[in-house]
Amino acid sequence: MEQFFAALTLSAGYNTALVCIGAALLGAASGAIGVFVLLRKRTLVSDAVSHATLPGVALAFIIAQVYFGSGRSLPVLLFGAALSAGIGVLAVDWIKTHTRLTEDAAIGTVLSTFFAVGMVLLTIIQSMSISGQAGLEGFLLGATSGMLKSEALTIAVAAALVGLAVVLRMKEFSLLCFDEGFAAASGYNVRWLDRTLLLLLLGIVVIGLKTVGLVLIIALAIIPPVAARFWTDRVPVLVAIAAGIGASGSYIGAALSASAPNMPTGGLIVLVLFSFFVVSLLVSPVRGVLAAALKHYRFQRIVHLRQGLLAIAHNEPVLEPLTRSILRRGGFMSGDGQPTVKGQSEARLIERDQKLWNLYREMHPEESHALADWSLKPIGEVLPADTVKVLEQELSPHVVHPEESGKGGAN
Amino acid sequence: MHDRSSSGLHLLHDTDAGKNIRPEDLPFTVQGMTVAYHHKPVLWGVSYSAPKGCLTAIIGPNGAGKSTFLKAALGLIPKLSGETKVFGEPIEKALKRIAYVPQRSAVDWDFPATAIDVVMMGLYGQIGWFRWPSRKHRQKAMDCLKSVGMQDFANRQIGQLSGGQQQRVFLARALAQDSEVYLMDEPFAGVDAATEKAIVAVLRQLVADGKTVLVVHHDLETVRDYYSHILLLNGQHVADGPVETTFTPENLQKAYGGRLASTQLDGLSEASGA
Repeated sequence: MEQFFAALTLSAGYNTALVCIGAALLGAASGAIGVFVLLRKRTLVSDAVSHATLPGVALAFIIAQVYFGSGRSLPVLLFGAALSAGIGVLAVDWIKTHTRLTEDAAIGTVLSTFFAVGMVLLTIIQSMSISGQAGLEGFLLGATSGMLKSEALTIAVAAALVGLAVVLRMKEFSLLCFDEGFAAASGYNVRWLDRTLLLLLLGIVVIGLKTVGLVLIIALAIIPPVAARFWTDRVPVLVAIAAGIGASGSYIGAALSASAPNMPTGGLIVLVLFSFFVVSLLVSPVRGVLAAALKHYRFQRIVHLRQGLLAIAHNEPVLEPLTRSILRRGGFMSGDGQPTVKGQSEARLIERDQKLWNLYREMHPEESHALADWSLKPIGEVLPADTVKVLEQELSPHVVHPEESGKGGAN
Repeated sequence: MHDRSSSGLHLLHDTDAGKNIRPEDLPFTVQGMTVAYHHKPVLWGVSYSAPKGCLTAIIGPNGAGKSTFLKAALGLIPKLSGETKVFGEPIEKALKRIAYVPQRSAVDWDFPATAIDVVMMGLYGQIGWFRWPSRKHRQKAMDCLKSVGMQDFANRQIGQLSGGQQQRVFLARALAQDSEVYLMDEPFAGVDAATEKAIVAVLRQLVADGKTVLVVHHDLETVRDYYSHILLLNGQHVADGPVETTFTPENLQKAYGGRLASTQLDGLSEASGA
């Protein structure tokens, strides 16, 4: 525990501090790029990218071992990883464009094949009985314990660069993710933008291999934006929150791993990130589950209030206990079940609003079908002013014949 | 008047009429365009030139390739043959002079953006790489929202807007592009009457400002009220020209075949007073 807090406060030695900072930058950058991978609906591609790194790592290790006498050189291994991941992405792309297979089928095929090749190569390396191969397992699940200072520094710098690139390209990536056709018609090279997005993702996967491991690296790009999506409806804010969640989750995870060296760093980071996700899912006021439950509760009260007031307007008795108590608490009904003056004036307003809504639904059945909040909010808050004006003009003759408007109220 | 054999290229070869029209004056010209999905031709050798400063409806039955025509002309989907010229330039070099309004269903409206964010996307080309929208851009986007009657919804999340409102936001985004040619894919699909009115007003204003507007349109009954010209498609180019001379029962019969009842055709031609 003491060690964990020491790592958390950057006082557990220079090396540990560097690893933690590197992990935080990695988390921030992957959270930021992850936003656009998520919005582009390509989270599965990222899974293919990460699994396709394995044969590259293993091959690079073998080649480096044969030619340089030692396979344990991080830049060489990462280069191999990037190369085979790139080939994997191109393979997915090729299958998608040149056959009638869908992207998910292409991903499933490429992902499992590349991973299988990697596993075979790893077994071959193990049978070669050479020193330094123990480090390779770290690429599967992530290990920061034996990380060199230079390695941590490389990761930190590369992650910072990727993060910066994402922020600078935020506008174009948003456009690509929202409306590809419009982007292309406005003169943007959509294919090239897509490639840039994947290249940045590939960069994150490769530099995160050592820290988080290839099996879990993708969680670093998916969980932060998914958690962040609960909190906001704006892209720049989403990027900031996802980067923040990614950074703090990776930082805490790396610090935990520093205090318990035999635990896999990747697993710890993902578990911390997952806790952020669960908290976001539950308590976010924008899209969280609790907020949704509260909203539903309020929604139910609005329905009861409105129906109660409409009953008052039509001189009908209010029978449901919940409706009665809501009306009483709002001061619309007195203790003996009689409408108050306030209740009667409010009832007239609601009745008029309801008539406008009924008319709107009569005139535009298709439109109103897709509309939220009809008959719940005052019509002027939901529909544009010119639409309401048309309805009001249309309604005037109906007002003259109240028995006709009763027809509309019945549905 | 302009049947298949003369196609839409009459404008290009109209020298015998005494008017010498230069290619730089033709806002939007498509020549010999063929598009196929998996060896099934959707459009076959379509040639057409849009009349400058006019409001033209692209009409034809379902599957006639109306949307495909716009997409392929813009280079959004691969084509087997054909080229598009915008004021004499190849379209790839002239995309800045074109504003495209895709079908509303082409995007996921749960995207994290507000109405004004979407309109601002129409300005990204002017803002440029690595820069952020300024107050001036925001004001411009706001003005565009105002011209479609959506200024009160600027900060509403787009998923919370009704279909008609979403369509108006799309239109505002195209207005923000300040283009010379507007290509719109079914802007009237599933919108309320007020939105339809608002869109028609915007289209008329565009034409009054000298813009060239092409609209994929579904409702034959409103063609006469809204448009001055039509392009009739049915996989191939059927006819194009002014509504009075081209929107005839004979041409419609050619495009729609048996899919239009004769009574419907009569109704449409009666409306013309022909």
